[in-house]
Amino acid sequence: MERIALLAATLCYLFSFGHTLYALGAGRFRPGRFNFIAMALGAAAQGWYLSLRGAMEHSCPIGNLSETLIFLSWSIALIYLVIGPAYRLSLMGAFTAPLLLLLQIVALLLPNEISPRLFPPNPWVETHAALSLVAFGAFGLACIAGIMFLVQEGQLKSRRPSPIFHHLPPISILSEAILRLLWIGFLLLTLSFATGWLAHLAVAGGKCWFSLLIWLLYASILITAKTGSLTGRRFATATSSSFLLALLLLPVIQRLSSHP
Amino acid sequence: MNIICAGLNHRTAHLDVRERFAVRESEMEEMLGRLREIDGVSGAVMLSTCNRVELYAASLCPLSALEGFRSILAERSGLEAPLYHHSTPQAVRHLFRVASGLDSMVIGETEILGQVKKAYSTAAAAGAATRPLHKLFQHAFRVAKSVRTETQITSGPTSVGSVAVELAGKIFGSLENRRVMILGAGEISERTARSLQSRGVRSVIVSNRTYERAAALAAEIGGMALHFDHWEKSCADIDILISSTNAPHTILTTEKLAPLMRLRGGAPLFVIDLAVPRDADPAINELDGVFLYDIDSLEQIAAESLNVRLKEVDRCESLIDQHVGGFLSWMRSIHGAEARGIA
Repeated sequence: MERIALLAATLCYLFSFGHTLYALGAGRFRPGRFNFIAMALGAAAQGWYLSLRGAMEHSCPIGNLSETLIFLSWSIALIYLVIGPAYRLSLMGAFTAPLLLLLQIVALLLPNEISPRLFPPNPWVETHAALSLVAFGAFGLACIAGIMFLVQEGQLKSRRPSPIFHHLPPISILSEAILRLLWIGFLLLTLSFATGWLAHLAVAGGKCWFSLLIWLLYASILITAKTGSLTGRRFATATSSSFLLALLLLPVIQRLSSHP
Repeated sequence: MNIICAGLNHRTAHLDVRERFAVRESEMEEMLGRLREIDGVSGAVMLSTCNRVELYAASLCPLSALEGFRSILAERSGLEAPLYHHSTPQAVRHLFRVASGLDSMVIGETEILGQVKKAYSTAAAAGAATRPLHKLFQHAFRVAKSVRTETQITSGPTSVGSVAVELAGKIFGSLENRRVMILGAGEISERTARSLQSRGVRSVIVSNRTYERAAALAAEIGGMALHFDHWEKSCADIDILISSTNAPHTILTTEKLAPLMRLRGGAPLFVIDLAVPRDADPAINELDGVFLYDIDSLEQIAAESLNVRLKEVDRCESLIDQHVGGFLSWMRSIHGAEARGIA
């Protein structure tokens, strides 16, 4: 049953992405509800999958890399569903769908056996792990906003904007969205560290240092943005590349979490 | 008497070439004087905009007028001008098309009509416009009005100003509380500033080499005048810079803007260069946070969005044909009267 939920979510994201590509290619793109509904259905299917796995494992379903990627993808989708309409960021769904699709496909290809529990049930540990992934969801959406910024900035710089230019949001709005998403992610990640401390998790080892490295990376981006020493392009580039780095480090962190 | 037209425009010459032949407002009276000295030219109107440099003349000898114009341009610029030329009736038709916006880069744009009116009034004030030219230009203004009101040729956003507004929106989102600086109190920069004001811009600073002109424009658009020597210092606080000075060299360079951009805390700067010759070095577009659009790039964008107007062109051409016929009838009647008078 959970496999069906996973496939349904993947199909939803595929429809969302495919529809946008087709509409843009045919020159008939209108920001509408299709993307939003497809993403909402995808997130619902992922939520269904995670609840089934949670019931089977009696804990937050992030015991292996496949589950972690699905949880991360679900976090990005949920934050998009909240942030997208609030910021009226046209085309954000179109940019978010391919990332979610990619995460879903990788998750589908990875082994997905239920992992043995490493710790006795502890709500602080569960909260710590879940908060970390939701924080990465916010960073993921900031990365998408950063890519949208770079695309729109490239259009403006080219002085020969293509049709997508008219549908992308203004760069100032994207810049604001990136900053807010980074703050959300950073606060959640800090909160996750606090809950880890409350759970008496060891403050040592590779996982801890990797997490601290990512926390410091985002802290430095926020500080330099606050001091005004980052131009929009550098801010967007730093945000997007930091998330991609974090995504690359995720399997390492996951492995270190499974084998502390 | 023949009406002749000779010149170069955005279709026949790139901006790099056009800017070499542009005639500044301050040089126009002298230019008209020189044109009237050409053998066989009785009257002349010179139209010099960012998209075209054209002579309309009343002449008994079109070839001599053309060669005289060609040599004046070559002497001024040191280049051989890639001129097109027409004589009656094509010259009449050409002016009617120009005034109606059919010959513009952005089909149906209305700024050209104001520029044609300005060229005519300058020639009239200098005593360079003779009777056939008075009649021709008055007729051209009627044609332009008729084309505008009887067809859809001007529908939709067409002007440099509306493109600038759209681009500013894609950079800043809301334009409320955005600050604009106008360098050089030209007509197009004023219109562009007004377009931006209509979208919420509140603060406009006008700087011009002649302070009085800056003050006059600032008063007219509800802005603030600034001495030209101080514009660089204020640049760190503005969001949009509209430049249309008459400077013969670039005034916005990487060397000037790079230190200013560092003071702006990462905030973007939209530079609209409406001047011909250009005020901004194209290299400033490479600076982080600087978005430079010159007159060619703005008009190109507008042109791309105006394909729909092309459908109206045939109707406009029919209207113009009727008016050309009307003007030629008047010319024939004048010639007839003159011939009878002579006889």
